[in-house]
Amino acid sequence: MIVKPSGIRLEGVGKRFRGGVDAVRDLDLAVTPGEFIVLVGPSGCGKSTVLRMIAGLEEVTSGRIFLGDDDVTSELPQRRDVAMVFQSYALYPRMTVRKNMAFGLRMRGTPRPERDRRVAEVAGTLGLDHLLDRRPAALSGGQRQRVAMGRAIVREPRVFLMDEPLSNLDAKLRVTVRAQLTQLHQRLGVTTVYVTHDQVEAMTLGQRVAVLRDGRLQQFDTPRALFRAPVNLFVAAFIGSPAMNFAPAQIAGGEVRFAGHAVALPSGSPLAAADRRVTLGVRPTAFGPAGVAGWAQLAVTPAVVEELGDERYVLFDLDAPRVDTDATRAAVSTRSSDDALLLPDETRARFTARLPADLALPASGPLTVSMDPHRLYFFDPDTGAALRGGGSEPPASAGAA
Amino acid sequence: MTAPRGDVRIRSRWAPYVLTARYLALFALACFFLMPVYALLVTALKSPAEVSVVRMWQWPHALSLDNFRIVWPKLRDGFGNSVAMALPASVISSLLGAANGFVLAKWRFPGADFVFALILFGMFIPYQAVLIPMFQTMSYTGLRGGLAGLVLVHVIYGLPITTLIFRSYFAGVSEELIEAAKVDGAGLLASFAFIALPIAPPAFAVAMIWQFTSAWNDFLFGVLLTTKDRWPITVALNNIAGSQAVPFNEAMASALLACLPTLLVYILLGRFFLRGLMAGALKG
Repeated sequence: MIVKPSGIRLEGVGKRFRGGVDAVRDLDLAVTPGEFIVLVGPSGCGKSTVLRMIAGLEEVTSGRIFLGDDDVTSELPQRRDVAMVFQSYALYPRMTVRKNMAFGLRMRGTPRPERDRRVAEVAGTLGLDHLLDRRPAALSGGQRQRVAMGRAIVREPRVFLMDEPLSNLDAKLRVTVRAQLTQLHQRLGVTTVYVTHDQVEAMTLGQRVAVLRDGRLQQFDTPRALFRAPVNLFVAAFIGSPAMNFAPAQIAGGEVRFAGHAVALPSGSPLAAADRRVTLGVRPTAFGPAGVAGWAQLAVTPAVVEELGDERYVLFDLDAPRVDTDATRAAVSTRSSDDALLLPDETRARFTARLPADLALPASGPLTVSMDPHRLYFFDPDTGAALRGGGSEPPASAGAA
Repeated sequence: MTAPRGDVRIRSRWAPYVLTARYLALFALACFFLMPVYALLVTALKSPAEVSVVRMWQWPHALSLDNFRIVWPKLRDGFGNSVAMALPASVISSLLGAANGFVLAKWRFPGADFVFALILFGMFIPYQAVLIPMFQTMSYTGLRGGLAGLVLVHVIYGLPITTLIFRSYFAGVSEELIEAAKVDGAGLLASFAFIALPIAPPAFAVAMIWQFTSAWNDFLFGVLLTTKDRWPITVALNNIAGSQAVPFNEAMASALLACLPTLLVYILLGRFFLRGLMAGALKG
C-alpha cells in the first residue's frame, strides 16, 4: 500500500460555540507523520471537537490547522483528504459493503478497476471478502466496525481520524480489536488521531497521548511519561488503573507526614528542605508486603479486599480527609460507574494498595504494608501542579519495582 | 411477546362488561359514519332498473357493472387528464420537497429556519386569495388552458407540505451519516443523490400520497385553468352529478371511479411507511 503520511499541526486553535461555551482553548499540537496519537479526557473536554475541526466538520474560532504543509483551516472537509471512523460507524445503509468502501474513491473519481482492486485488497486484509455484497443491516456489530475501518483504509488518506470507534463493541471484542488496531497502524503507517475517554485505551494505543480537560491541553507525551511524570493532579488522577491514591500531607524536616504516618523523603530530594503543605500521591503499585528494605512501613486496617487471582487490591481508610478537588472529581467522573460513591458519608481518604495474592492477610485487625518512598508524588494543594523534584519523580531504576 | 395460554389474567371483575359495551359503542359509531359509503357502493353496483330512492338501502338483487359502462365514456377523458396532471404534479413536487428538506435539515445555511418558516407560510394561504393573480399570470404566460399550467400550480402549492415532510424525515437521520459522506468527498449534490435519496422512500410515500390526493381531488384550479378538453375528472364528475335530472346511480358509479386512483396510490405506497430503511447504518 502506498503511504504518504503527513503530519498535523494545530496552532493556537480555539473553538467557541454559539452561546459562548469555549470547547477548545488555544490548543497547540504537532503530530509527526505516521504517528498514532490519542486525544483523551473526560466527556466535554473538547477532544471530539478537536477531531472534528481537523476533519473540517467544525469551523475553528481562532488559530490555524495544517495537514502536512497545507493550511487547511478554511478548506472544505471533502477536499482535506482525511478519512474518519465515526462512533456510530455511519455506514451508508442502502449500499452494500463493497459500495460503502468504494464510495470515497468514487467521489474522488478513481477509475472503477482501481476501485475494485483496492476494495478487494483491503477487504482481504480485514477479512471482509465474504461480506462484500451484504448490506450493513445484515452485519454484526464487530463486522460493521470493520467495514467502517475498511472504508477509511481504502481511501489511503493523509490522515485517519477515529472518534471512539470501539465504544460500541462489547468489552472482550474491544480488547481484541485494540491490539489489531495497533498492528494495522504498524502495517499502514498512516498518521492517526484517535479520540477516546478511556484512559486504558489511550495508554495501550497511543504512541503519544494528549490529555485534555475543559478544552485545554494538560499534557502531551508518551504513555510512559504520562504515567511516571504527570504534570498535575488531574493527569495523575486520570491516568492509571486503579487510580493514584491521594492524601493531604505536610512536608517538614525531610519527612512527609500524612494521616498520622511519617515517611522520610529519600536523600537528595529537592523537597527535603521544604516546609509546606502538599497533596501526596501514591500509585497502588508503590505498595508491597511488610518488611521491604528501605521502604516505609505503614500499619493499616483493610476495609475491603479485592481478589484478582494473581494479585489482590487492599483498600484501607486513612485518618485524613479525602482529597476532593475539581481535578480529582473530573478525572473520576469518566471512569466506570463502579467508581461512583456508593456510600455518600465516606469522607476519609481511601487508599488502594496492590499486594501479591500469596501474602497471608490477618482475618481482621491491622496489616503492615511497605511503601516505596521513591515513588511518591507531590502536588501543590492549591494549583494542583506537580512539584518537581527527585523525590516526586521516580528515578529510572524504580521502573524495575 | 404474547403471554402463553392458560396464564391467569389480571383484570377487574367488570372488565368483560366494560369491554363489550365499549366495542358495541364503537361498532355503532362506525356503522353511522359508514352509511354514505354503503349507499355509494350498493347503488353503484345495482342495475339501472333497480335503482330508486325508496329502495336505496336494499342490497342489490344481482351485482351489475352497467352503471360503470354508462358513465365511463363520459369520464374517460377527465380520468386521463387527471392522471396526466396528478402524477407529474406529485412526483416533481416530492422531488423538490426532498431537495428543500435535505438542505433545511442536513446542509444548513444561516437563516435556514427563517426560510423554512417562510415556506411553511405558503400552507396557510387560501386558494381563493391567489385565484385572480394566478389566473392573470397563467394567461400572461400562455400556460392557461393546458395541463402544464395546472401541474405547475400544484407543484408550487405542494412545496410547503412536501418540504415539511422531508425536513422532518431528514432531521431524524443521523448527522454522522452526512458527515461521513462529506469526509468521503461528497459535496451537496452527491450527498443528496447517493446518501439522502436512497433512504427517503418512506418520506416519498407520505409526500406522494398527500400530493397525489390533493392534486387529484382539486376542482377549483382545474375548472379555472383548463379548457373543456383538458378538464380533470373532478370537473367531469361535477358535470355528471350536477345535471338537472340526477341519475344518481350514474353519479355514484362516477364517484367510485373517481376515487379509485387515490385508494390505489395509498395501497401501493403505504407499504413503504413501515420499512426500516436506516437499518444497519449505526452501531450494533
